[in-house]
Amino acid sequence: MFPANVSTLNTYNDLYPDWTQREVSTGTTIMAVEFEGGVVIGADSRTTTGAYIANRVTDKLTPIHERIFCCRSGSAADTQAIADAVTYQLGFHSIELDEAPLVQTAASLFREMCYRYREELMAGIIVAGWDPRRGGQVYTVPVGGMMTRQPVSVGGSGSSYIYGYVDSNYRAGMSKEECLKFTAEALALAMERDGSSGGVVRLAVISEQGVERQAILGNQLPKFSTV
Amino acid sequence: MATVSVCQYHRGGFSFENCKRNALLEADINKLGFSSPAARKTGTTICGVVYKDGVVLGADTRATEGMVVADKNCSKIHYISPNVYCCGAGTAADTEMTTQIISSNLELHSLSTGRLPRVATANRMLKQMLFRYQGYIGAALVLGGVDSTGPQLYSIYPHGSTDKLPYVTMGSGSLAAMAVFEDRYRPNMEEEEAKRLVRDAIAAGIFNDLGSGSNIDLCVITKGKVDYLRPHDVANKKGVREDKINGRPETGNYRYKHGTTGVLTKAVTPLNLEVVEESVQTMDTS
Repeated sequence: MFPANVSTLNTYNDLYPDWTQREVSTGTTIMAVEFEGGVVIGADSRTTTGAYIANRVTDKLTPIHERIFCCRSGSAADTQAIADAVTYQLGFHSIELDEAPLVQTAASLFREMCYRYREELMAGIIVAGWDPRRGGQVYTVPVGGMMTRQPVSVGGSGSSYIYGYVDSNYRAGMSKEECLKFTAEALALAMERDGSSGGVVRLAVISEQGVERQAILGNQLPKFSTV
Repeated sequence: MATVSVCQYHRGGFSFENCKRNALLEADINKLGFSSPAARKTGTTICGVVYKDGVVLGADTRATEGMVVADKNCSKIHYISPNVYCCGAGTAADTEMTTQIISSNLELHSLSTGRLPRVATANRMLKQMLFRYQGYIGAALVLGGVDSTGPQLYSIYPHGSTDKLPYVTMGSGSLAAMAVFEDRYRPNMEEEEAKRLVRDAIAAGIFNDLGSGSNIDLCVITKGKVDYLRPHDVANKKGVREDKINGRPETGNYRYKHGTTGVLTKAVTPLNLEVVEESVQTMDTS
């Protein structure tokens, strides 16, 4: 990468504030939970350039295939480019096979790209979906390019604040409604504490029946302390 | 025994050798008291809004070189295709060339498909090119147009990320313009209201941001029609000097009424002058 003494040539100027030069980051809190019959995925909706919110209604739940989604965190440009590339590769692969692709395949494609170009990329991705072979699955591909399957996974800058909540409140064998409530509450807590996360909560349920999407707007978010 | 080690050069990918050289050069130049030339940036306020029948794009017209205005009336709304236009903020050369390259490729693509180009296609092409250059092409764009899928508006950042939104602003004056949008935007506005909103957003950028100024250009794109209004609003009229005699401006009025100075004596002396024939032959220059 760059040596530490490279200056941004002549670009510092009172005329052009910090956020005109900073890269767009998805700050973020993202989450995915497996349940019997599918997965529930969720994300906040804030994209920042430095201290300015470039997009307050971002959709970070990106469809990769009919029943496979990815949750994006990190650099917006990197994750959008990777997601576009994997969407293409998976679509091609699916046509070759003439059947629905596996979630593990999608996760592997993400891992290949994130690991190979790990020095150049800043991307933390959660791949989640449903396939006929193994049902609902969540795979996490954090910065660096590792891939592992987890029943529940959180990511992004806001995830640090909710590890305790997730660890203590997750139970195996939750129903779809319980998973939705669990995800919404965890995201609301993270958005409350993390400056780079906020906006609305976007949720999606992926199962054999397809994909149901919903959004929880600001005034409807779950509330906790009144302090 | 001496072993010969072969040094394998890292092939492929980017080479950042010149960055170290540039850093050293800049440090040396600064020591001598000079500064390396600054790329001309468009400072800028650009914005776009989706309304009932299409999109309205707006831009200011100031181009700055450091703290000096390089161009008082530059055109920041670039043509991409008959139904798609793009406003550009950031480095002026980058926005100009990027939009021209994509416009050219899109025309070829359109001839190949036999269809009117789509805004999403232009967006894809732009984001993939900007990502390839990893943010070194300093082009922040607002892309808008109407195609068979309807009116669409995208904001595209220099690193290659894009957002599809109903209203967007970019450039150094984007915060001022966004404040206006957040206050007054409604979905499905009428054309006049949308034009007024964009005009006011750009005006907010012009008057509250030092990097933006001069006039307001508007581009209204609807299905089958494009109104390129340049200038739509001359927000900053250049002042006229007090007096003009024979078309040339005079500094101040020094004319006094007849009779201000009293006349004591008057003597008229005719001068006998020789009139010489004068002809002018132009030098042949090519």
